[in-house]
Amino acid sequence: MSATLPITLTVNGESVSADVAPRVPLVDFLRETLGLTGTHLGCAHGVCGACTVRVDGAAVRGCLMLAVQADGATVETVEGVSDSGEIADLQDAFHRHNALQCGFCTAGMLMTAAELLDAGGPPPERAEIREHISGNYCRCTGYQSIVDAVEEVAQARAADKGGQA
Amino acid sequence: MKTNAFAYQRPDTAEEAVRLAAEGGDGARFIAGGQSLLAALNFRLDEPEALIDISRIATLRGIERRENRLLIGALTRHAEVAASPEVARDLPLIARAMREVAHPAIRNRGTFGGSLALADPAAEMPACALALDAVMHVLSPEGRRQVPAAEFFCGMYETALEPGELLTGVEIPLPEPGARHGFSELARRHGDYAMAGLAMMLGPRSGGVPSWARVAFFGLSDCPARSAAAEAAILSGARPEDCAAKACEEIEVFGDLNADEATKRHYAEVMLRRELTRLANDEERTA
Repeated sequence: MSATLPITLTVNGESVSADVAPRVPLVDFLRETLGLTGTHLGCAHGVCGACTVRVDGAAVRGCLMLAVQADGATVETVEGVSDSGEIADLQDAFHRHNALQCGFCTAGMLMTAAELLDAGGPPPERAEIREHISGNYCRCTGYQSIVDAVEEVAQARAADKGGQA
Repeated sequence: MKTNAFAYQRPDTAEEAVRLAAEGGDGARFIAGGQSLLAALNFRLDEPEALIDISRIATLRGIERRENRLLIGALTRHAEVAASPEVARDLPLIARAMREVAHPAIRNRGTFGGSLALADPAAEMPACALALDAVMHVLSPEGRRQVPAAEFFCGMYETALEPGELLTGVEIPLPEPGARHGFSELARRHGDYAMAGLAMMLGPRSGGVPSWARVAFFGLSDCPARSAAAEAAILSGARPEDCAAKACEEIEVFGDLNADEATKRHYAEVMLRRELTRLANDEERTA
């Protein structure tokens, strides 16, 4: 009954095929089968946000999705969006603002913030940033510096866009 | 922790899904968004023998207008309901409540029907379904049936769904022009389950009072509950504070880790008073 099932998905731009047991959550598949350990597993019930990855363009919890459910999907992890340079400005802002200390939450925080920054429209207010990252726990920073970093990037990107228009 | 081992099936149609559920019997579970089920399995609160993954059944997903009703497919994700212009225009109560449903990453996978079928006592959508007089569409190998929201929620995580029955969609009558909504929720962290919450619809005013009222609370009891006493007070034209005093008159309130019974009663009364006062003030301003 725990027979493996074949899946094929795209992870960070590369096609991956594997046989997985149905019980394996996506985050374990990424970490243990593919060695992509940038994504962290915290609470395993969707509360802490450390395992947040992108599936078909949307941020989701890697602990609340089975790897077999990602069959045919496009998955991006913090490694992918780091290598592509997509969130280089956000990572730089996290660094400068001390928006991480132990770093356990950082990958999930970056993936969650990236979704807000990609949402379009006017740059989000601080309250909106706080609401958006409310599903990501950070036990070190007290969030202030994280909000500072996200806010700065939102405004910088909006200014860039304005300059180009 | 990790889930137990289980078999996994991914049917293409709703009919196939209920057939598999009938074959699987007690050990089979439907999985839609999985945002509550997988959390429960990770903690071994449940150890199913088989998961029937309905998440790719396209006919159960989407929002459709049918005359004066909106049909929301059970697999429509919270994020899709939240972004729907039809919902924002025609069912503003749901649009408002969606902002409090968990966190963005959960809303990206969690489904409208999943939330109703799970019937968490502290969840927003069951109470909204009560306030909007929604009708549940249910499928089993024997056929289809419809269950009004008022008869759907029976207890903690208990619904009128029989074993093997599948919630396929929800039909919501559009409130007539002039109807108003009220919503309030108190949670420790934005997006967490409610310590107490209110979802309310008031009919257009006639003779100074709403023509009808549906006041539903969540997070207070073992399932979402209408407050008939508060509704009667509203229809009698009583002041907001007098309506609020009736909020929990017939509701059996249970304390939990977050708040004891007396505290929850207090929250419910404050929420109802504030929302009724806000609506009355809006009315005065526009009058």
